[in-house]
Amino acid sequence: MKITVTINGQKYQRDVQESQTLLGFLRADVGLTGTKGGCGAGECGACTVIMNGEAVNSCLVLAVEADGATLQTIEGETVKGKLSPVQDAFARHHAVQCGFCTPGMIMTVKDLLARNPKPSRDEVIHGIEGNFCRCTGYQQIIEAVLDATGQLKESDKEGLKYV
Amino acid sequence: MYETIPADQLNTVGKKSGRVDAYEKVTGHAPYVSDMIMQGMLYAAVKQSPHARARIVKIDTKKAKALPGVRAVVTGEELQYRLGLYVVDKDILAKTEVRHFGEAVAAVAADSPLIAQKAIKLIEVEYEVLEPVLHPLKALEKDAPLVHPALGDYSYMEAAFTPVPGTNIANHTKIRKGDVEKAFAQAEWIIERQYTNPSVQHVPMETHVAIVRWQPNDEVTIWSSAQSPYTLRNLFCTAMKLPHRNVRVIVPYVGGGFGGKAGIGIEPLVAVLSRLAGGRPVKLMATREQEFSLLPCRSQLTYRIKTGIAADGKIVGQHMTMYWDAGAYADYAVNVTRASAYSAAGPYEIPNAWVDAYTIYTNKPFGTAYRGFGHVEFHWGIERHMDLVAKVIGMDPVEFRRKNTLKPGSHTLTGELIRTSTGSIDKCLDAACKSINYGKLTKAEKDRQKRTGMKIGKGVACFHKAPAMPPFTATAVILKMNEDGTVTANLTLTDYGQGSYTAIAQIIAERLGFPLERVKVAFDCDTDRDPYDWQTVASKGLILSGNAAILAAEDLLACAYDTASQALRCNKIDLAHDADKIYIKHHPESAVTFRQMAVGYAFPNGNGIGGPIIGVGRYIAQGLSHLDKATGQGNPALDWTYGAHGMIIEVNEKTGEYNILKVGSAFDVGKVVNPDSVRGQAIGGMMQGLGTAVCEGYIYDKEGHLLNPSFTDNKIPTAVDMPLEIECMVVETPQIDGPYGARGVGEHPMIGVAAALGNALQQSTGAEITHMPMRYEDVWRAIRHIEPVDNWITKSPFGSCKSSPQMQGHHPELG
Ligand code: FES
Ligand code: FES
Repeated sequence: MKITVTINGQKYQRDVQESQTLLGFLRADVGLTGTKGGCGAGECGACTVIMNGEAVNSCLVLAVEADGATLQTIEGETVKGKLSPVQDAFARHHAVQCGFCTPGMIMTVKDLLARNPKPSRDEVIHGIEGNFCRCTGYQQIIEAVLDATGQLKESDKEGLKYV
Repeated sequence: MYETIPADQLNTVGKKSGRVDAYEKVTGHAPYVSDMIMQGMLYAAVKQSPHARARIVKIDTKKAKALPGVRAVVTGEELQYRLGLYVVDKDILAKTEVRHFGEAVAAVAADSPLIAQKAIKLIEVEYEVLEPVLHPLKALEKDAPLVHPALGDYSYMEAAFTPVPGTNIANHTKIRKGDVEKAFAQAEWIIERQYTNPSVQHVPMETHVAIVRWQPNDEVTIWSSAQSPYTLRNLFCTAMKLPHRNVRVIVPYVGGGFGGKAGIGIEPLVAVLSRLAGGRPVKLMATREQEFSLLPCRSQLTYRIKTGIAADGKIVGQHMTMYWDAGAYADYAVNVTRASAYSAAGPYEIPNAWVDAYTIYTNKPFGTAYRGFGHVEFHWGIERHMDLVAKVIGMDPVEFRRKNTLKPGSHTLTGELIRTSTGSIDKCLDAACKSINYGKLTKAEKDRQKRTGMKIGKGVACFHKAPAMPPFTATAVILKMNEDGTVTANLTLTDYGQGSYTAIAQIIAERLGFPLERVKVAFDCDTDRDPYDWQTVASKGLILSGNAAILAAEDLLACAYDTASQALRCNKIDLAHDADKIYIKHHPESAVTFRQMAVGYAFPNGNGIGGPIIGVGRYIAQGLSHLDKATGQGNPALDWTYGAHGMIIEVNEKTGEYNILKVGSAFDVGKVVNPDSVRGQAIGGMMQGLGTAVCEGYIYDKEGHLLNPSFTDNKIPTAVDMPLEIECMVVETPQIDGPYGARGVGEHPMIGVAAALGNALQQSTGAEITHMPMRYEDVWRAIRHIEPVDNWITKSPFGSCKSSPQMQGHHPELG
């Protein structure tokens, strides 16, 4: 079946199999491999993209369901090579280790901030609850989000303590 | 070897800096093997055993072969290779018998993943189901079926391991120190208990993935999510009987490993499919379910500890028996057993010790390396034991620990002398206690108790770990100067998230006196291009590769000074350098820039000297030895990293529910190279430890089927599971042979977390939990002294924890 989607502002038209997921479509058919797959079952959030303004697990969406949709993936987050404030904060705060959860995590945060531009620590925690990160233990991700939204208090910044 | 330099004279080491790989990762540009597609690539799929133990009567692949788009089908009978890291016990595909649920019995390569899946369904396997041996203690019984009847014929690494043919024992490690029986005879108290934990899964977010191209001329290229490119190549070549020069392993970015990708995994299977398909590249990416059963897990442990204590609270003797459940293959489990045996007592001085550590074959998915390499599991036992012993002898658990910690002048279980420079467990313990206000409740905590009706408890746990590695473990770094005076480092220590490359870049920048931006550590490890590294495991990367990096930087400078002394016509001894140039100390205006020399210096008339500036650093662990097989005495430890966790929790005694209010952790890291990386490892490891402490674990039914191979049934922590407060602390006792005094801390934060939780639960409720994970129902049971339901091997997936030990009550010492 032929579908047309707008991804990061670009139009794509492709023939897809009916069983193809949006995740598979983005990665294999379009070649945008920034979006990752960690489970294929809607559990881990690695595959999160923004579809028509809302974060979705792209492994649970069929490509044909996305026909006519407007999508944003991690590849659209960087404009002219410049990191977005969230990306920049992730980089500065070591909110990235292996990096495999990162694209999905950033998409989830983007979605959260679109609805709630200054989330509290608790709101960040609940906002990213659906995204697994096995490496970081989440703390530096939360700090990055708070910093990106101008909310990181000096007292939160002391980090490692030397005793 | 490397003098420590006062912190105020360091420019890069110890300073905050971003990760060198951050840009690629936050933009989604970093290429992982899972992202790669090759020209003409085929997709593999695997047929797995639905049984824990069965004889393979017949495999019919006719229908699968006939399916259009299928390019290769393979079964075990066609493959005459056996694999094994330490004991060579594993076929690439099961041959006559399957030994665990999920074991691979056949595989296909096809034009698309969909066709490959279809073909797998068309493969018909006839099994004769056999009685599996599932429990490691049952596997030791005389009439237990043998998982490997041919164990006596297998080759194995004789310097380190001792399999017992005719049994299910893949390895028996012994440690003998002093006279335990005599010590027990003099002890005031003798306390014996048993601690257990189930298998768990590493859960890297990127599942195992490999692409292999086996050309008809026997040249093989492997792109893999492996942690250890050279060990992968070595094991591959040994199994396939190929010269090493024929095989090239390439490792780009890797989406987490935690030990699960340390050895060799799916690569040989993918390789034989590629060969069968005429040399087309074949890709296999494990599904999340396959991570749990096709690929290895962390071993289950049953740990029995008997401790003799003198009237003053000093431990006089300790008898320790470890039953490690290897599962169906020995893989790393034999070495986990060995490393755990020599560290078995935790960071305490035990004058008289006896350790028997067994690696036991059972019909379950096999165990491998996992962050901490056995230390998470046995510290669960030893650190719960410390609290239970303290309770019996009526001493505060922290005071009891302080009395017995390793101090300068103490000897470890293997007879190694502890020095001041080894590090300080006492300082870590003090910091952890202070962080949680150990031993008392603050006013705020008392108010909180009143408000919530929950009871607040505080517990601590200590730990230690040394890298488990051959005594002669080696690595190398090659440093090349680029035309513009920047430098690029090549090494095959992989960075799958730990931040090693950032630390290595900082160390190189420090030694060269260059700004960090001028140093690049190249991603994409390639065994054809990059120098040798044994494996990326054991928290040894920072010390070994860090030292090699320093040596490479020194070699590069020596190379540049050679050229400069000719260019400036002076003695090398009179030269000095800054970030840009080498100059004559007493005539600083006589200088030559690195850029001028980078690829060879040219005099004004065109004469050239020097050639490209390159530095080579080779480093091998110093002064370590094999352990004596009869007594376990020797020197196995490159370094010891000490640490302690303090934990504050609140429990609802009616329901067993609890919240974690604070975790305060301290580590003696020698020297912090990158504070944010250390903190990232500390928090990430602590959370991973909390996952296994609170909820993770394999559940089997009585036939050995794994019941929870998915995120739905095997939860890992999410952001909502974080403690309310996390405090990360470091002690810096410089490691004499560490780069700028640093030692490794990648695995350590995960160790001891579960015990700190168990101890806090005991402190607040009296619950004597000896099995992890500690789910709410387990806490509820333990508070009520309700007999545990041992259904980690169960008919149903309900209730899966054992919350009080079988040993309890059998021992008069316990009263
Ligand atoms: S891959 Fe979609 S949620 Fe895990
Ligand atoms: S950084 Fe590795 S999973 Fe999040």
